Amino acid sequence: MSIQSITNRREAAERLDLADPAAQRVLPRRKRAEPTIGVGRVYPRAVRGRFRTIKWTALCVFLAIYYLLPWVRWDRGPEAPDQAVLFDFLRQRIFLFGIEIWPQEIYYATGLLILAALALFLATSLFGRVWCGYACPQTVWTDLFMWVERLIEGDRRDRMKLDAQPNGPAKLLKKTGKHAVWLLIAMLTGGAFVMYFNDAPTVVRQLPTLEAGPVTYFFFGLFTLTTYLLAGWARETVCTNMCPWPRIQGGLLDQDSLAVTYRDWRGEPRGPHKRGESWAGRGDCIDCHQCFMVCPTGVDIRKGLQLDCIGCGLCIDACNEVMDKVDRPRFLISWDSARNQALQVQGQAASWRLLRPRTAVYGALFLAVALFMTGTFALRSNAGVDVLRDAAPLFVQLSDGSIRNGYSLKIRNTAHETSRFEVSVADLPARYRLIGDREDRALAPVVSADPGSVTSVHLFVILPRSVMTGPSMNVGFVLRNVETGEVILAESIFRGPSS
Amino acid sequence: MTDRLDPTRPVSHEAMQATREIKDVQDKLAFGDNPLAHLEWDGIRELDYPPPRWWVITFIGTVLFAVLWSILYPSWPTPFGVWRGILGYDQRVVVAEDIARAEAARAPLVQAIGTAELTGIQNDLGLMNFAIRGGQVAFNNNCAQCHALGGAGQGFFPTLADDDWLWGGTPEDIEFTIRHGIRSGTDETRDNIMPNFGADGILTREQISDVTDHVLAISGGEHDAAAALRGESLFAENCAVCHGEGGEGLPELGGPRLNDAIWLYGGDRSHIFSQIHRPAHGVMPAFEGRLDDATIKMLVVYVHALGGGQ
Repeated sequence: MSIQSITNRREAAERLDLADPAAQRVLPRRKRAEPTIGVGRVYPRAVRGRFRTIKWTALCVFLAIYYLLPWVRWDRGPEAPDQAVLFDFLRQRIFLFGIEIWPQEIYYATGLLILAALALFLATSLFGRVWCGYACPQTVWTDLFMWVERLIEGDRRDRMKLDAQPNGPAKLLKKTGKHAVWLLIAMLTGGAFVMYFNDAPTVVRQLPTLEAGPVTYFFFGLFTLTTYLLAGWARETVCTNMCPWPRIQGGLLDQDSLAVTYRDWRGEPRGPHKRGESWAGRGDCIDCHQCFMVCPTGVDIRKGLQLDCIGCGLCIDACNEVMDKVDRPRFLISWDSARNQALQVQGQAASWRLLRPRTAVYGALFLAVALFMTGTFALRSNAGVDVLRDAAPLFVQLSDGSIRNGYSLKIRNTAHETSRFEVSVADLPARYRLIGDREDRALAPVVSADPGSVTSVHLFVILPRSVMTGPSMNVGFVLRNVETGEVILAESIFRGPSS
Repeated sequence: MTDRLDPTRPVSHEAMQATREIKDVQDKLAFGDNPLAHLEWDGIRELDYPPPRWWVITFIGTVLFAVLWSILYPSWPTPFGVWRGILGYDQRVVVAEDIARAEAARAPLVQAIGTAELTGIQNDLGLMNFAIRGGQVAFNNNCAQCHALGGAGQGFFPTLADDDWLWGGTPEDIEFTIRHGIRSGTDETRDNIMPNFGADGILTREQISDVTDHVLAISGGEHDAAAALRGESLFAENCAVCHGEGGEGLPELGGPRLNDAIWLYGGDRSHIFSQIHRPAHGVMPAFEGRLDDATIKMLVVYVHALGGGQ
C-alpha cells in the first residue's frame, strides 16, 4: 500500500462522517488506485536565452555524434572492417579509430568507464548537475521530443487546451502526427544504435529488407521502444523516479558546487508588481511563475535546491526575460554556490573556489587513471601467448629415458600481418617436436602466427631425465619474434614420473 | 493542505478508530457475511478479493497454450500408444537430420581423406587438422579403451605416444597394424610368438637368469656382470633372431627393442625373467571392415601425431 493511499485514507477518516451516506460512495474501492507516477503533467513553455542556446548547441552536437559516428570510415587494410567505431561481436573486437581491443583486453573498456565516472564526479562537484541538464541522453532526447511536440501542438497554453478538449478530428490529427514523428525519431535512434554493432551501410540496407539477424532486430526494436517511451511518455519521471544518479549526486555536492539557485535574499518578499510601483521594501520576484512554466521537470526553483531539479538553467533564461521587462537586474535565478549565497547575503563579494580537496582528489584520480591507461596502452604488445599443458598423457617416457610433455600454445597476433616466432624453453637442454615431424628437433622451432587471430600450435618438449628436479617443475616458454626480436614469456609446468 | 498529507504527522486515536470502521464498512459492502473476510493472523487479514484480471488472463492463456501444445506435439500416453501430435514432430528425426547435415558438411573432407595417400594428408594442413580431429574421435571410441586417452598406454597395452614401436612407427606400419591387428586371427594379421623358454624346457632356470642379466646389462639396468657375460652367448643363440644382436629390436618381425627404457611387461629382474620363462602375448583386433578407409586413415594420422611417429 502506497504512502499516498494511507494518507488519503487517513485524511478521509478525519473528514468523513460515517453516518453520512455520501461518505459511502468513496468507500468500496474495488478498482486499483491510479498509478502515482507522473502526478500532474508538465507542460514546459518555450524559452529563449543563454542557457537555452547552450542546451540547443549541446543537443545538436551530441545527436550529430550519435547519428553520424557510425558512418565515419577508417581504413584498416583488407582484413579488417573500415568503420571507425565498431563493436564487432562476430569478430570479438572493439574498433575505435586506430585502436583495436580484443576480448582479453576488455579492461581498457573498464578503464574508459572509470575515466567517464571520474569525469562525471569532477564536473558535478565543480558545476553541479551539468550532466543531467545538458548531456544525459534522457535530457537530450526529451528536449528533442518536446521540440517536436511544440511544433505540432503549440506551446504550453495550446497543449493544455488541446489535452482538455474532447477527442475530435483536429486533436486526433495533431496527436497522431506527433506520435508518428516521435516513432520515426525513435526508429532512427534504434537504427543508429545497431549501426555501432554492425557495418552501418550494410545494416541500413538489411533492416528494411528483413535480412538483418534477429539480435539486430531485437535491439533495433528495444531502442526504438525505449526512446519512444522514455523521451515521449516518461520524460521527467525518469529523472525523478527511475534514475539513481540524482540520489548519488547528493554525495558529490558541497558548499562550493554550482547549482541553479534562486537568490531569495534578493527576491523576497515576492509579490505581484504593477508598472510604476516602487520596489522599496519588497523583493525582485514578481511571482509570475515563468520559472516554473519553463521547467522541464515541473519544479518551482524558489523552493530551493531539490532532487527534481536537473540543473538545466532554463528558469534562469525565463527569469532574465522578466527581469529585463520590469527593469530589474538579471540573474535573480542563477548558477551559484551555497557559500556564495551566504556571502552575498552579508553583502560581501562572491568568490569562487574551484580548487578544493574534493575536486583535487577527483582531478588527481582522473589524471592518474588516464596516465596509467595511456601508459599500458602505449606499451601493450601486439602478441601474447597462453600455454595449455596436455592432460592425457601427463607425460611420455621415451626410449632413451628422457621425458616428453605436450603443450598447446595459443599464440595471439593482433597485428595485421603474419608474425613468426621462435619457440623455446628457457635455460634447459630441450628438444622439440611439432605435429608432422618424424624426428625430434634440437633447435627451437619457428612457428608463424596468422594475422589478427589466435593460432594454435601443438608443441612437444623433450627433456633429459637428469635435468628434472622432481616429478613436476616449472618451465618458462620464450617466444621470440623473428623479425622484431620482441620476446613474449609464458610459464607452464613440466611433469615426469614420480620416482 | 500539504500539512494534512504529511505521513509523519501523528494520528489521533479517533482517526485510527475511524479508519478501522471505514475498513469494516468496506469489507461488509464487498463481501457481505462471507466469514473468510474476517480471518486475521498477526494483523494480516485474509480477504477474498478476486485475483487481478491480468493474472486470470495469463492463467487462462497458459492453460490454452498447454492444450494447444499437447494437440500439436507428442504428449499423452494412450492405450493405443503415445499421441504423436498433429505436427508429426519427433526429436529422433531432428537428431537424425542434424547428423545427416553434419555428415554432409564433412563429406568432402572425408572423401578427400579416403582417396588421398597418407603422406598427401600429412602435407595438406587443412586435411591434416581435420584428420587429427576425426582420428581423435575414432581413437576415443575404438582404441582408448586399451591404449588410454592420448595413447598413454596402460597395463600391458603399449603406449602409442612414445618413440618405441613394436611393429614400426611409420604411417604405413601403423596403418597395417590398425587394419589387420596383432594375433587377431585374420589372414594378414601381424603375428609372432616368443617361445616358452622356461616352461617348455628350452633353457634352464640358471640360463634364463643369465639371459635376464644380459638384458638388464644392455638396457642399462643393475646386473651381475659375470652372469650377463654368460647370458650374452645364450642371447645370441636364442634371442637375437628377433630382438637383434644388441637388443635393438626388429620391427619387421615385431621383435621388441630391449636396449631402452621402455618395457611393456615390466623392466625389473623378476618381470624380465618371467617374460622369458613363459612370455605374455598381446592381442589387437583387426579394424579393417569394422572401420571405413577414411576413418582408418584419420586414425593413422592421429596416432602418428601423438608424438612418436617416425
